[in-house]
Amino acid sequence: MASLLLRSAATLIRPCLQRSNTPVSSVLLSRLYSDKKPPETDSFVMNTFLGRMNTTEVFPYPDVMSTEERENIAMFVDPVNKFFEEVNDAARNDKEETVPPEIMAQLKDMGAFGLQVPTNLKGLGLTNTQYARLTEIIGGYDLGVGIMLGAHQSIGFKGILLFGNEQQKEKYLPMVASGEKIAAYCLTEPTSGSDANSIRSRAVKSDDGKHYVLNGGKIWISNGGIADIFTVFAQTPVLNPATGETKDKVSAFIVERSFPGVTSGPPEKKMGIKASNTAEVHFDNVHVPVENLLGGEGEGFKVAMNILNNGRFGMASALSGTMRKLISRAVDQVSNRVQFGNKLEVYGVVREKLARMTLAHFVTESMAYLLSGNMDSGSVEFQLEAAISKIYGSEAAWMVADECIQLHGGMGFMTECGLERVMRDLRIFRIFEGSNDILRLFISLTGLQFAGKHLRAVQSSIKSGDVNTLFSEGFKRTKRVMGMSTVDSINDQVHHKLATSANQMAQCVGEFGGACDHLLMKYRKNIIHEQFLLQRLANASIDLYGMAAVLSRTSKSLSDGSPSANHELLLATTFCQQANSRIKTNLASLSARFDIELDSSMADIAKATTENGGVVSVHPLRI
Amino acid sequence: MASLRALVGCKRVIDYAVKIRVKPDNMGVVTEGIKHSMNPFDEIALEEAVRMKEKKIVSEIVAVSCGPPECQETLRTALAMGADRAIHVEIKGEEYQGLQPLAVSKMLAKLIQNEKVDIAFFGKQAIDDDSNQTGQMVASLLDWPQATFASKIETEGSDTLKVMREIDGGLEHIKVKLPAVVTADLRLNEPRYATLPNIMKAKKKPFSKMSSEELGVDIKPRLQVKSVVDPPVREAGSTVENVDELITKLKDVGVV
Ligand SMILES: Cc1cc2nc3c(=O)[nH]c(=O)nc-3n(C[C@H](O)[C@H](O)[C@H](O)COP(=O)(O)OP(=O)(O)OC[C@H]3O[C@@H](n4cnc5c(N)ncnc54)[C@H](O)[C@@H]3O)c2cc1C
Repeated sequence: MASLLLRSAATLIRPCLQRSNTPVSSVLLSRLYSDKKPPETDSFVMNTFLGRMNTTEVFPYPDVMSTEERENIAMFVDPVNKFFEEVNDAARNDKEETVPPEIMAQLKDMGAFGLQVPTNLKGLGLTNTQYARLTEIIGGYDLGVGIMLGAHQSIGFKGILLFGNEQQKEKYLPMVASGEKIAAYCLTEPTSGSDANSIRSRAVKSDDGKHYVLNGGKIWISNGGIADIFTVFAQTPVLNPATGETKDKVSAFIVERSFPGVTSGPPEKKMGIKASNTAEVHFDNVHVPVENLLGGEGEGFKVAMNILNNGRFGMASALSGTMRKLISRAVDQVSNRVQFGNKLEVYGVVREKLARMTLAHFVTESMAYLLSGNMDSGSVEFQLEAAISKIYGSEAAWMVADECIQLHGGMGFMTECGLERVMRDLRIFRIFEGSNDILRLFISLTGLQFAGKHLRAVQSSIKSGDVNTLFSEGFKRTKRVMGMSTVDSINDQVHHKLATSANQMAQCVGEFGGACDHLLMKYRKNIIHEQFLLQRLANASIDLYGMAAVLSRTSKSLSDGSPSANHELLLATTFCQQANSRIKTNLASLSARFDIELDSSMADIAKATTENGGVVSVHPLRI
Repeated sequence: MASLRALVGCKRVIDYAVKIRVKPDNMGVVTEGIKHSMNPFDEIALEEAVRMKEKKIVSEIVAVSCGPPECQETLRTALAMGADRAIHVEIKGEEYQGLQPLAVSKMLAKLIQNEKVDIAFFGKQAIDDDSNQTGQMVASLLDWPQATFASKIETEGSDTLKVMREIDGGLEHIKVKLPAVVTADLRLNEPRYATLPNIMKAKKKPFSKMSSEELGVDIKPRLQVKSVVDPPVREAGSTVENVDELITKLKDVGVV
């Protein structure tokens, strides 16, 4: 167990067979390595990997807005809603594959380009929670406009907001906040997508030390064709003072379009979010002043990941808005359309769909505002929660759109109905800003690594003869084997009407910890190669966080006497029941021989198909 | 003609998109927990005042709302749209239930005098009670000329408005001498949206509150509401196969 060192995510994402000479720099997990003492965190999800229930950041459901912040956002909701309802035309934007200039102008007046920029720098200074509430409206009406705005402020200039020094903030934030200049985030390259650390763009300091000379090409950059301010990631040679060696490490730069050598390509043709501009951006011997280095030299990867990490809550909130609208559309359809003498709403199959859609929305929305609330109250360790919300939200929205179209029958397939556009727009959310598959691996491996460090610490104290540790760990294991929850009762935090669900969650957390323990003991560092298992572990983790989010939200609604409290109770208990069985199945499948054998059959099928260059089985007709 | 002083009436009404429900006691409609917003015709009136201010015809715009504490939200919107000051005449509970156009008109007339207003803008009617009385009553209480249902407003000289009105069968062009009351029709303009930065700025604009007593107006109802009921549900029609059948049916019901 002592050798249990999960290599970086770069290793996990890059199978050993390939490019073994590429420097294995620490990627997503780097922060968790360095310290000797096992790290402690209040992240709910992280702790579940140890079978611990840390509810500090889950209960009570955050209520982070001051009276004034609440008043402000309440005032903002109406005009933004009205603008998207009455002025912006998502169908037209989709058809014309652009956001028309007059809409851009009005969005700028509206303040939509600088929602979270401080007020003294020409922004609106919104908190994450307030921002989430507005993205929800935009997500309900036009995801294309949503991505244009998101690529600008959620990733485009977010780096300046998070990592910029005073001069950089003062120079750039006012012009981007007003929308006078549009921003973009440039990470992806032709040979580097998920494996972002492998980018080839390079920036080398000039001899006089005044600037970096940047070369490279970026692809699929949202706002790439319309932006003036770019956050660009490139390798820079960094000297390790200890070894005297120079190694390439990623650094982040603020690059202006006006710098000679910056060019962009034509807008890409694509499946959805057509209104949002996507283009290549090229840097040809661009002289970037040293003052435009963002974060330290070699710190670029951290900057890149933190930007994405800090923006994911907005995706979850935007997609809850999309789902809310889709559900209204579905309800409208099923309560009007008559077939076989009845309105569709009375049929079981229809009800099952509508219920599933409603639950998916409820869970996403609960996660979105739990996460944004945590971020507003100063949580720093929310990367797993953010990844889960992004995965859950994007898959929930996709399912909801799909079922909404299904309920509309042939009408749903018609362009005029407007649903096919939403479905096309939604597809990208499972791919960009960290594909859901990569994020699943990230969740499992980050969590397991955290747990691994604790196990190692436990081991060394056992070796050194600390009987207390031995006793408490031994006791926890026994309880797990006996199928009891190892987590202290959370009944004082959860409303009593939710006691059964809370117990289900408590038990699942215990079993989840047990399963992680098992995986670490059995596979040790080789767990990084067990993607079939890691994926199912992540699925269980997603369900667990979903349970926590709905239990927390519903407890608050019940104690506040919210008008929909009883309905929320129904939603929460139903989801917990479903999640509970899914989690049990997923966890059992991590060790059951039957499932492990199935995994290897699946792997064999895929290998054979790849080796054969396609489907292996001969045609049944032999023609 | 710069430096005209304008007052705009901004009523808080149930939002136009809300489906109205009659209260079980048939004495009114359900308002609790229902989304409210500024009467759309008042928004148009306000927009016109703001445009006149942008053209430097008007120097100051005072927005007024008479009603419950929530009217403050309506007035904040008015300030965000471009009004310079807001006055809230607070009327709560029972009194608000029985508040009628005459009482509102008296309060507005009083404020218009206090504020030395030159143009009073109102919506042609409020979309909740559809009374279509306030503008006219204010004009008569003040003995001012009135230009109702305005769909275009221009100025002529320093003390005259040229107003186009939509009437049955066409358009009417009139001139009114200032001071005057103008009520806005649908096509007068398209009101702007309150932008988020302006909403923030609006929070710093002067906002005052007063009571009907301070204005010395008796707001007791003069009309009595007997009952409020849903409009009758339209009965389902039926399709006829041909003209003969239609004629037979029409004869049956005795209309031909
Ligand atoms: C419309 C649009 C807008 C975009 N906007 C931006 C932007 O503004 N800025 C920017 O920098 N980028 C942007 N991107 C790029 C986007 O972030 C990438 O497409 C995304 O990160 C995935 O990278 P990739 O396309 O190279 O896929 P790949 O990394 O090649 O992945 C392909 C598939 O393989 C899977 N996969 C990859 N590695 C592994 C592994 N180790 N184990 C298991 N599965 C694996 C992935 O999950 C995925 O399913 C945009 C893309 C699109 C389509």
